[in-house]
Amino acid sequence: MTMKISTTLNGESVDFLCEPNQTLLEALRDRLGLTGTKEGCGSGDCGACSVIMNGRVVASCLVLAAEAEGAAITTVEGLAKDGVLHPLQQRFLEHAALQCGFCTPGILVAAKALLDANPNPTEAEVRLGLAGNLCRCTGYDKIVRAVFAAAADLRGETVA
Amino acid sequence: MTPFRYLAPTSIGAAIDALKASGGTAKLLGGGTDLLMALRARRYAASVVVDTKRIPELSGVNVRADGSFRIGAATPCSVVAADPALSAAWPGVAESANLIGSVQVRNRATLAGNLCNASPAADSVPALIAAGAVAVVAGPGGERRLAVEQVTTGPGTTALAPDEMLVAFELPAPAPRSGSAYLRLTPRTEMDIAIVGCGIALTLAADGTIAAARMALGAVAPTALPVPEAAGVLVGRRLDDAALKALDAVARAACRPITDKRGTSAYRIRGAGVLARRAAILAASRAEAQP
Repeated sequence: MTMKISTTLNGESVDFLCEPNQTLLEALRDRLGLTGTKEGCGSGDCGACSVIMNGRVVASCLVLAAEAEGAAITTVEGLAKDGVLHPLQQRFLEHAALQCGFCTPGILVAAKALLDANPNPTEAEVRLGLAGNLCRCTGYDKIVRAVFAAAADLRGETVA
Repeated sequence: MTPFRYLAPTSIGAAIDALKASGGTAKLLGGGTDLLMALRARRYAASVVVDTKRIPELSGVNVRADGSFRIGAATPCSVVAADPALSAAWPGVAESANLIGSVQVRNRATLAGNLCNASPAADSVPALIAAGAVAVVAGPGGERRLAVEQVTTGPGTTALAPDEMLVAFELPAPAPRSGSAYLRLTPRTEMDIAIVGCGIALTLAADGTIAAARMALGAVAPTALPVPEAAGVLVGRRLDDAALKALDAVARAACRPITDKRGTSAYRIRGAGVLARRAAILAASRAEAQP
């Protein structure tokens, strides 16, 4: 039985159709064409499918699309505004915090949720906050440094 | 996933009706971090998935006038872990909720799901048992209350009937000068499954001796294991080396673990003793810090 779901997606009212047994990840990618969100493991272990749902980062492979009724969702496509990259995206580029890039959308989204809740995190908080996001090529140091640089940008501090 | 219907009832009664109407083929959805994986892997099928998160009574952590707590069954672990009153009263429960999976998982997963998924290694269960938590179970005939240790009957099985659902946990107000802790043994600090887990709650008497103790172990038996012998070796004594040695011994003696890829039986038994001692020291230090 096809269901109609109403959400606020990246700040805009968006309705979509889904089957009850479809995940939010499938709806985003296959129904809405938002392919920035990736499927890695499909079991909630890798974080590639991370999206922010009602202010909290979740693995969209473990959310039914139907659960998104009335929810506010932010995907990686919602980070850049008016063609200007989000500070996290800019700093990931500058710090070369990615190689193949498959994990990057999920890490950006998880890092945004982390900094929204905690604008000035410690290194331990960043590493624990991103523990649900696996990267198999860059290594985490560049990612952590990029998150720190973006956090400073978002706090309005000048970084030399 | 095989096809199913999705229902999001807004009352406990409507949820029970849906469970009953399905004739045992419905599955309850809390955070979905175990359920959706199992449905995708086709470890089981469901005709109906009943989402519990739109039922108001199932959401949130509430402290009552007498200092006791009610944790709604659909409350995500991140909300449980961040609750200031619960963290002050029952730090062992809060820290166990904060160890489950990743941030992404904790923003969805619930204590009720952690219990009813019935993994022997569930992190929150030993902590809840140590806190003396009670599971409130609703069914067609009304509500009944079960001690948390009575809910699981084996790996993947519970004492709940197909038309029953866990709606809340009730935790008593801690006695004055009480402290609790949950520690687990894992190779990684996060995103890992306990090789051993230990929850403990201690109450100190005015003279510094232990007035009450409750301990439970995880991942060393088919279900989380209360260790009533812990009270026997601790109550009336100070938490000195001899008491810790005795606690280590009763923890090891209670274990009935399997050997699997995460650890051998012998390693789990030894780890249970070590965690019991460390958790007791941590809980006692928290009790001493209470006014």
